[in-house]
Amino acid sequence: MGCDVLVIGGGATGLGVVRDAAMRGWSAVLVERVDLGQGTTGRFHGLLHSGGRYVVSDPRSATECAEENAILRRIAADAVEDTGGLFVTTPADDPAYADRFLAGCAEHGVAAEEVPVAEALRREPRLNPAISRAFEVADASIDSWTLLWGNARSAREHGARILPYHWVTGVLRDGDRVAGVTAQDNRGHREVRIEAGFTINAAGVWAGQLADMAGCPGVTVVPGKGIMIAMNHRLVGTVINRCELPGDGDILVPIHTVCVIGTTDVKAPTPDDLSIARDQVQEMLDAGEVLVPGFRESRALHAWSGSRPLFTDERADGAQDTRHMSRGLALVDHLERDGVEGFLTITGGKLTTYRLMAETVVDAMGEQLGDPRPCRTAAEPLPGSEDGRPYWLGSRLRRQEEVMPDDQLICECELMQRSRLEAAAASRPGLNLDDVRRVLRLGMGPCQGGFCTYRAAGVLHAIGDADGPRADELLLQFLHHRWLGIEPILAGRGMRQACIDDWIFQGALDVEHLPVTPPA
Amino acid sequence: MAHPLHDAVRGSLDNCVKCTICETYCPVSAATPLFPGPKYVGPQAERFRGEGPSPDDSLTWCSSCGICTHVCPQGVKIAEINSIAKAEMAAERGIPLRDRLIARPTLAGRLGAPVAPLANRLARNRLVRAAVERAVGVHRRAALPTWAGRTFQSRTRLRRQPPGRPGERPAVVYFHGCAANYYETHTAEMAVRVLEMQGLDVIVPRQGCCGLPLQSNGLYPAARHYVRRLAGSLAPYARAGHDIVSTSTSCGLMLKREAREILDMEDDDDLRAVSGRMYDICEYLALMHERGELRTDLLTPLDMEVPYHAPCQLRGHGVGTPAMDLMRLIPGLRPRQVDAVCCGVAGTYGLKREKYDVAMAVGEPVFGQVRESGAELSVCDSETCRWHIAEATGVPSVHPVAMLHRSYGLG
Repeated sequence: MGCDVLVIGGGATGLGVVRDAAMRGWSAVLVERVDLGQGTTGRFHGLLHSGGRYVVSDPRSATECAEENAILRRIAADAVEDTGGLFVTTPADDPAYADRFLAGCAEHGVAAEEVPVAEALRREPRLNPAISRAFEVADASIDSWTLLWGNARSAREHGARILPYHWVTGVLRDGDRVAGVTAQDNRGHREVRIEAGFTINAAGVWAGQLADMAGCPGVTVVPGKGIMIAMNHRLVGTVINRCELPGDGDILVPIHTVCVIGTTDVKAPTPDDLSIARDQVQEMLDAGEVLVPGFRESRALHAWSGSRPLFTDERADGAQDTRHMSRGLALVDHLERDGVEGFLTITGGKLTTYRLMAETVVDAMGEQLGDPRPCRTAAEPLPGSEDGRPYWLGSRLRRQEEVMPDDQLICECELMQRSRLEAAAASRPGLNLDDVRRVLRLGMGPCQGGFCTYRAAGVLHAIGDADGPRADELLLQFLHHRWLGIEPILAGRGMRQACIDDWIFQGALDVEHLPVTPPA
Repeated sequence: MAHPLHDAVRGSLDNCVKCTICETYCPVSAATPLFPGPKYVGPQAERFRGEGPSPDDSLTWCSSCGICTHVCPQGVKIAEINSIAKAEMAAERGIPLRDRLIARPTLAGRLGAPVAPLANRLARNRLVRAAVERAVGVHRRAALPTWAGRTFQSRTRLRRQPPGRPGERPAVVYFHGCAANYYETHTAEMAVRVLEMQGLDVIVPRQGCCGLPLQSNGLYPAARHYVRRLAGSLAPYARAGHDIVSTSTSCGLMLKREAREILDMEDDDDLRAVSGRMYDICEYLALMHERGELRTDLLTPLDMEVPYHAPCQLRGHGVGTPAMDLMRLIPGLRPRQVDAVCCGVAGTYGLKREKYDVAMAVGEPVFGQVRESGAELSVCDSETCRWHIAEATGVPSVHPVAMLHRSYGLG
């Protein structure tokens, strides 16, 4: 297999890069070691930054976020819900910060307007009534998977090939030039060799490992791990930020049917470390209590962690304090740095700035190739967003109303119909239920797979997509993965749900004695 | 957010474990595929409601019978979530004239009472009913009550004793509601006589509508206005230590609990005072019996079997089936409780042209058992249920106090 441009990494950045390159007329291929958006992109809180968060601590990021926010609302309307955002000064915050915040917003191009406290409380009645100031900003929530699928579809329409479940096993070198990769195709069970005129490393938090493989050591990407907790329903309809220097648990993001409190920031030993410490769970719930009184008693649905790719260079000491490392994007020019041609690394950044990261690295590639071509991604909407209508919370329910009662409801909590599952299975051979979750939100609601997992596995079996043992395996694998995010937060009403789910799967279905090997 | 003032109701969706018990008990979803069930429109759909238009029309098929809330083992306020969502939709889309009319029983009551014979004739005229169905949307076969010539209020001026001036005997306040005032004045008369039989003075203050039909048709601001006015006229009696009894299951429940929860009126002092003293009349008489105060010695035998239907709203009172307990005290009377949850009418739901067939399907198990009993009458606490059951079965339906009244030999 050969191409002009090979992109490594199927997160937002990689998909953005492959779309951008394909739109500029280069033949492009993307490899991803697992499913698209299974890394950092699929593990964030859902905030489309206004930039307000960084106006004091990281002004370059603030400006980047503000500009990209406006662009994404246009090109990815389908993935964005215009929730608006508030920065509020709680009794736990330094009241002096608010003026620095306003000044920073004005200086760095972030729109912000003070609103009366009464107005903020009218809009968000569950908000802590003891707040002293409130500022309205252009925060929004964004579904990273919708964004990804939009980019993937668009890239394919422009001729790109996207290869999930392709694990890079080696980087090909042709003297001083990177010439492609070898990869293990984990669905097709074969080794593939992809030769490329240019290779872009968009492996995010794994970018350092990739650079090592390419013989460009010393690209330090520190995994800044954060945990997030999704609450059972929206306690707020607006993104709520503490008006303070960025800290732990100071953002509450309403996205889809839930709201997400985030996040912590600690240096993880490896990018693959997804563990969730109990004390951090408590820390998040306590932090939520500052924003919404009664938060601790509200039902938590699921906890997860993801690692930010925090790029460090000689000028910053990234050894300990990931909280204060820049969120700005980082382009590593390996020709200049290592004398290696045909290879660029793009890392750092935020989901909000994924498009800018792609534009930056593809521009740099064009320059290096002596073939600069103009970028069009800021103007051309993603498929599904052509009408510019933003996502609306009620849309799934409205859709379900239209197909009811002819289409069987498989996931009741998140309203996923049988027809959509069947369509997903038809378009993606060999898919597992986690893949379905990322596309269709299977099992992401209150019962966390308690009622839909066996239905979905049964449907895949009924349509011939999975034989008996495979269906059993899919069932166990999904339950296992869901449990990883339920176990750390088990308490109260979530515990009752876990009990009824347990009775279904252990009592009625006896899943632990299915004649298949449970997944590791 | 959509419902800033309904945190306790909306927040209760966190209790849902998807067990589906509410859906197995829901009489409407069992009768029609148009209603996807209480779990679906309640705790599930609520997570998708927020800013923006109401996404789900299927919600309107909920009859507000409230069974879901009562059977939920986890404490989800399902019916309340649905009621609030329906009100939101009504506020957003506007409320049809029909719903505005049937939500105001005082209006129809006042208009019809002075010309009762004519009004009753018209209400039974098939051509008139067909025209009304076309023009307003009230189903031509839906049961309508019969106007009484004189209102109960106008007959009971003598009972209008001011609060805090006890007579020689202990006194109780009677809340008759609209139905007993304009239509079933005989039920009100019987209730008063049965209470007096126990040695109680019965006070009947001036009183208006409790606002329940407005609430169930989504007219919350008007409903609150009615509740405040009614609570204002009853509160002085409650504060003076008088208990309040009602022959209307649903209106009594409104004052006891629903107005506070659904209309979010927990802060209304008058309403709180009234709620604390509010009793369903059968509940009240059964409690008297527990204290040994009910005149069972004066009950004479009634040798008959009667089917009894416990209305949905009675579950909301959380008092069991006191009417059954009382009827069992009557020598020779063999009350048999109907084995079905709902008659289908749910207040004004079964009146509506588009809902009538569903209401009849929901009630069929009740109707069947009443017909098969061969009894000369059936018994039910709630007035709209009685009218609906009588119309559907051709068997007259009476309030439980009518059985006591008859057994006491009062007529």
